[in-house]
Amino acid sequence: MTAHPTSRTSEGPVKRFMRATELDTRLLGMVGALVLIWIGFHLYGQIVNGFGAFLTPRNLWNLSVQTASIGIMATGMVLVIVTRHIDLSVGSILGFCAIVMGVMQVYVLPQYLGLGHPLIWVIAVLCGLALGTAVGAFHGFLIAYGGIPAFIVTLGGLLVWRGAAFLVARGETISPVDATFALLGGGPYGAVGSTGSWIVGLIACAGIVLLILNGRAQRRKFEFPLRPVWAEAFLGFVGCGIVLGAVLLVNSYPWPKGIVAQYAERNAIELPPEGLFISHGFAIPVLILIAVGIAMTFLMTRTRFGRYVFAIGGNPEAAELAGINTRWMTVKIFALMGFLCGLSSVVASARLNSATNALGTLDELYVIASAVIGGTSLGGGIGTIYGAIIGALVMQSLQTGMVLIGFDAAIQQVVVGTVLVLAVYLDKLYRGKSK
Amino acid sequence: MKDRGTPLVEMRDISIAFGGIKAVDHVTIDLYPGEVVGLLGHNGAGKSTLIKCLSGAYQADSGSIIINGEEATIENPRDARRYNIETIYQTLALADNLDAASNLFLGRELTTATGLVDDVRMEAEARKIMGRLNPNFRKFNEPVSALSGGQRQSVAIARAVYFNARILIMDEPTAALGPQETQMVAELIEELKAQGLGIFLIEHDIHSVMKLCDRASVMKNGQLVGTVNVNEVTDEDILGMIILGKQPDRAA
Repeated sequence: MTAHPTSRTSEGPVKRFMRATELDTRLLGMVGALVLIWIGFHLYGQIVNGFGAFLTPRNLWNLSVQTASIGIMATGMVLVIVTRHIDLSVGSILGFCAIVMGVMQVYVLPQYLGLGHPLIWVIAVLCGLALGTAVGAFHGFLIAYGGIPAFIVTLGGLLVWRGAAFLVARGETISPVDATFALLGGGPYGAVGSTGSWIVGLIACAGIVLLILNGRAQRRKFEFPLRPVWAEAFLGFVGCGIVLGAVLLVNSYPWPKGIVAQYAERNAIELPPEGLFISHGFAIPVLILIAVGIAMTFLMTRTRFGRYVFAIGGNPEAAELAGINTRWMTVKIFALMGFLCGLSSVVASARLNSATNALGTLDELYVIASAVIGGTSLGGGIGTIYGAIIGALVMQSLQTGMVLIGFDAAIQQVVVGTVLVLAVYLDKLYRGKSK
Repeated sequence: MKDRGTPLVEMRDISIAFGGIKAVDHVTIDLYPGEVVGLLGHNGAGKSTLIKCLSGAYQADSGSIIINGEEATIENPRDARRYNIETIYQTLALADNLDAASNLFLGRELTTATGLVDDVRMEAEARKIMGRLNPNFRKFNEPVSALSGGQRQSVAIARAVYFNARILIMDEPTAALGPQETQMVAELIEELKAQGLGIFLIEHDIHSVMKLCDRASVMKNGQLVGTVNVNEVTDEDILGMIILGKQPDRAA
């Protein structure tokens, strides 16, 4: 694999750039689409309504929080779809977990621990996660060992768990939830603030640089061709730039006046007449989503588990013949999906500060749409975690954008549905061309 | 027949039925080290089914498998690999979306000290073995769906050879290959034979069988017609066994 001296002169600068940086053109396409959507909504608002509300720190911060719940589940849906299954029950599992956690922290645990005990939120969250995992594993068991198609098992689950959620609390809305628990859903107090955001941002930048250096060291060790230094520097520069830009963005969204006044009163701070500028910083659910994204990417690319997920998706028979226990893998994949539903239900119910049996209704469709828009192939074998998260961001951007410029719910549905079909069609064209 | 010690594999009295149809009906075959045994018969004669009992893809309804003189239980492909049985399937059994190295090590990934897949080392190993088997192979960073039939075949062969197989099952290894690549496979079989491996070769082409195999077992309608020493019979004899199910006069 020595360099290709002849081809270098014949290819254009764009192609050379793409080859040197080894960037994924799909990723660039999705980011491009996202940027177009954002600018489009902003300009539309500016021209038609006289106020562009989209590209403001406030809206983008809210967008990030709203993306978290769907995004977390979409990362799991990638595994499910890559292995040629589908999970229609995620929204119902979310609702069921939320209700159980709500009952635990509002009715059950305070009886034994006392109201406001610091362990209440921990136990409630663990319950939700365990419950989600158990439900997912049960679905996986029925699919793998019962031989029932995933579509049917999870279609049944969609009804069963939604009904179960109603039965647990007889349809009541449980509110408010534990105060510490509520922080997991974001909001002014549920964010890490300015200093915290800088720390997160700097750690992320250090991580990017380390990844690049480590990649070079590995390639050198086995004498594989290295990326040119300018390409590595460019990637590092862009990566750190995006991270630091995000930090600046979330830090430029201040707490609302009322919250600042409340906070000043509680901490006995003299409020200056012009008010205090207290930054939100990254919201906790967004950090959870980022952590899930990193962990799942790691799982999919660096572990045997992830390798087997792709192998099963590419050729289930070959995976079986290669000695992979495909049935047990299916159980594990659905259990992981259930776990992520549990985690997502923490975020969703904490954000609303209440648990209702309707929480997460229709989420399964948004989650599947996010994964598919993010490039996960329903034929199996292909999909990325970052793609699904960007897909969730695209879905959420469309919805938020249409709300901001005042489209009715009916038009929103038409647009979201159309975009889904269009995205899959474009993906098909892209794949056909790149093959 | 002269005494050759313990056979590497004996499949004794194997039967397997699918919904009332006897795909394999009380068949007994064996294989010695350094020997190539051809399995012949029409499509649907039961060759692949029989051999899949050995590779762990199917389980026999009755009968036993004896490896190195000891009874072996093979319930799945993992068990078969534990007995150093490697299989090159007719369908190649490659995950099309993964690259050559990932396929080569599928189910047996090389890992780092922390238990993570070591892609770089796997690619380096894959380059090494492919350099030996098929020096023209270059596409290490592309999914195997982008490879030609011959290249895919060499990935499947590399997978079987890399892990020090003692018993190799090849299900029509040259069906998708051109003349040059077929020659390459023939040379490889000779080389592996010299190393003392036992090879089951499922093959339709009588000439390949006459050239590569030491013995040939012929099946028809799920039953074993007979096993012959290839150098004692003509290709007419073998054709007669395949088509008519007729034992030649000089049966081994």
